[in-house]
Amino acid sequence: MGAKTMISHSFRIAWKDLMELFRNRMGLVLLILMPIFMMTMVGFIYTDATIQNVPVALVNEDTGFNNYIASSTFIIALESINDNTGMMKFTNASNLADVREMIQAGDVEGGIIISSDFTSDIMNGKQGTITIVTDQSNPQMSVQLEVILQKVFEEMGTMLAQQNVADQLGIDPSNALAVVKPYNVQSTGTTEGEPNPFDFIAPGIMAMTVMMSVMTGLPAAISQEREVGTLDGMMVAPINRLAVILGKTLAQMARGILQGVLILVLAVTLFSVTVHGSILLVFVLLLLGVFSFVGLGVVLTSFAKDQETAVMMMTTIMFPMMFLSGVFFPIEQMPWFMQSISKVLPLTYVADALRKVMVLGADIPAITTELSILIVFGVVMTTIAVPVFKRAMTR
Amino acid sequence: MRRYKVKTTSPRSFWQVKHVNIKEKIGSNQAEGEETLESDAMIEVRDLTKKFNGFTAVDHVTFDVKNSEVFGLLGPNGAGKTTIIRMLSTLTRPTEGTARIGGYDIVKQDNKVRQLIGLVSEKMIMYDRLTAEENLRFFGKLYNIPKNLLNQRTDELLELVQLSKWKNSKVGTFSTGMRQRMNVIRALLNMPKVLFLDEPTLGLDPQSTVEVREFIKKINKENKTTIILTTHMMNEADRLCDRIGIIDHGKIDTLDTSTNLKKLVSGDDATVLKLEIPNLTKKMVTAIQALDCIKSVSQENASHLKIHATGDEAFDTIIDAVRAEKAKINSVENLQPTLEDVFLHITGREVRDKADNKIPMREHGPSRPKRRIR
Repeated sequence: MGAKTMISHSFRIAWKDLMELFRNRMGLVLLILMPIFMMTMVGFIYTDATIQNVPVALVNEDTGFNNYIASSTFIIALESINDNTGMMKFTNASNLADVREMIQAGDVEGGIIISSDFTSDIMNGKQGTITIVTDQSNPQMSVQLEVILQKVFEEMGTMLAQQNVADQLGIDPSNALAVVKPYNVQSTGTTEGEPNPFDFIAPGIMAMTVMMSVMTGLPAAISQEREVGTLDGMMVAPINRLAVILGKTLAQMARGILQGVLILVLAVTLFSVTVHGSILLVFVLLLLGVFSFVGLGVVLTSFAKDQETAVMMMTTIMFPMMFLSGVFFPIEQMPWFMQSISKVLPLTYVADALRKVMVLGADIPAITTELSILIVFGVVMTTIAVPVFKRAMTR
Repeated sequence: MRRYKVKTTSPRSFWQVKHVNIKEKIGSNQAEGEETLESDAMIEVRDLTKKFNGFTAVDHVTFDVKNSEVFGLLGPNGAGKTTIIRMLSTLTRPTEGTARIGGYDIVKQDNKVRQLIGLVSEKMIMYDRLTAEENLRFFGKLYNIPKNLLNQRTDELLELVQLSKWKNSKVGTFSTGMRQRMNVIRALLNMPKVLFLDEPTLGLDPQSTVEVREFIKKINKENKTTIILTTHMMNEADRLCDRIGIIDHGKIDTLDTSTNLKKLVSGDDATVLKLEIPNLTKKMVTAIQALDCIKSVSQENASHLKIHATGDEAFDTIIDAVRAEKAKINSVENLQPTLEDVFLHITGREVRDKADNKIPMREHGPSRPKRRIR
């Protein structure tokens, strides 16, 4: 039995599987819808992270100093900044208790309180106090609101200081800025364009979908045929047992790659992800990812008695893997023990390498570590899987 | 007198339409196996044993199947028939013992064996979403049959079972009878020297059952194909098989021709009577049982008695005895022993399976029954 016959048999089996797949209308629709849902959901969650029209209560308790009220100018400046960004919507409130009630009622997400001594403090050479009230039931929003307000007030403070320094020292306002803020901090990426949060998520989802497709599809496909009895038809023919796994894998891979391409197209068209590296390398990485994973899928297939068990086994493994491989959240944010688990998951390396290629335009030399890890992983898993599968098939 | 009357010729009998000589083509396809097939035994089974987690499904089974013989494995469900078939068709590895098919070892030379055999499994080996033709081509390709030959053979086989009209229809739309015909011709794609049939008529209506049985006979006659079939239906084994092995609890109890098996129960001067007595009483039964010539009496229902007896005078003696008890005799049947009686005689019980006509369920969804032990 030559390798050539085996390959030709596996192509027949793959062709048969794809034929069955394409005749299943419902399955085909779901196959296409799944990546679309996945992309749009995750995509919009990530890209719509900017704050718009957040209701914020504004309390002005400033009593003034010598009939001068500094807070009025302050509020005018605040409102003019906000008019440009449209981030907040201000509602007037009388005091802290009022703000608390409004937060409880859900009318506002936070509040700004200008202290009663605001003008007098400033006039007496002290710092004017502004308090930011946050909604503790919504920590994520609180943090964002706080960050924004801090930044706004900082900016306003700088402008005021700049003017004061210029007036007192009698210098040009632009030189005064250098006195107040001696450092000019700028940030830039290594590729062109604004950083897009979707650049992080798209490669991960792509890797995940393709590998998930193969990993869940393979055991399901083989155990389903075993249950229905059609697997016997292949097993009783004089073909290499490997042709069966290979054929099934090819079919699942084609399915996965189809979904991967869909994701890529959606990412580029809907979420303006730019692929900086070579598309070819992207596919090589996806294939390598599948290769590194097939062994695991085959081992699980061999142990699963029926389709139900196989699918349950795969789901149990898939879910932790999705989160541990840094597809949705950066690995660096995880506790140390989770980080060490993620280091033994091939998906981590596929997602990482894909990100490097797609976002940073990396070439093969830059991802040799990931490539070699994936190859080693694949070879080891396949070496384990083949004898296990052969045994399981003639139980 | 026979209890069953089965039509052996049906006007719609599909294989009688056209005689395709499959035999001619065997030589060209499988010349390499030819010299090993000269010996009388096509299949030699020696101490074949299969254990599943300590449960012995097949227990040191030894038998031979002659070339171009139809051999039946008769037994209740769970007796080990399917496991024997699966081991012989290289799908399951034996725990102990060996078997040779056409001279090739089923474990060491499994791919040689696979060239020689065809399998009609209890479950349909067929993809519902593919058409009849696509299904046959797919499996044919796995046997490396050249494209032209495969196309020709596919057409011939479909014609043979009168499915040519539906060759481009999806198998999922077929009736059970059509599916089973497909299932059988699928196993004939590689022109097998040995054909395994696992419960080939399970779940078929009487008409399809007769058709499939006739087809099996025809394959055996025309192609000299050696056939092993399993069944739990007595009349099927009786009708089809040259020799029958009665199997129970993983062991072959008896192996012989149907006629010889029946002689086992009856002897030459045996009488089996079936009496219909409307006013049947316990006293009558006791009176019959007391007679010297009686071997056994069984009451089938309120008015029917089945009596096994020996000796030339048996008939008269029994009738006189029941008349003496003032019995009204409505009818008397003089029965020949059936395989059912043989089975009862050998295993000491009836075939325990009551689900003779249960249609095998496709296993789907969470309510799937637990997998049965083969």
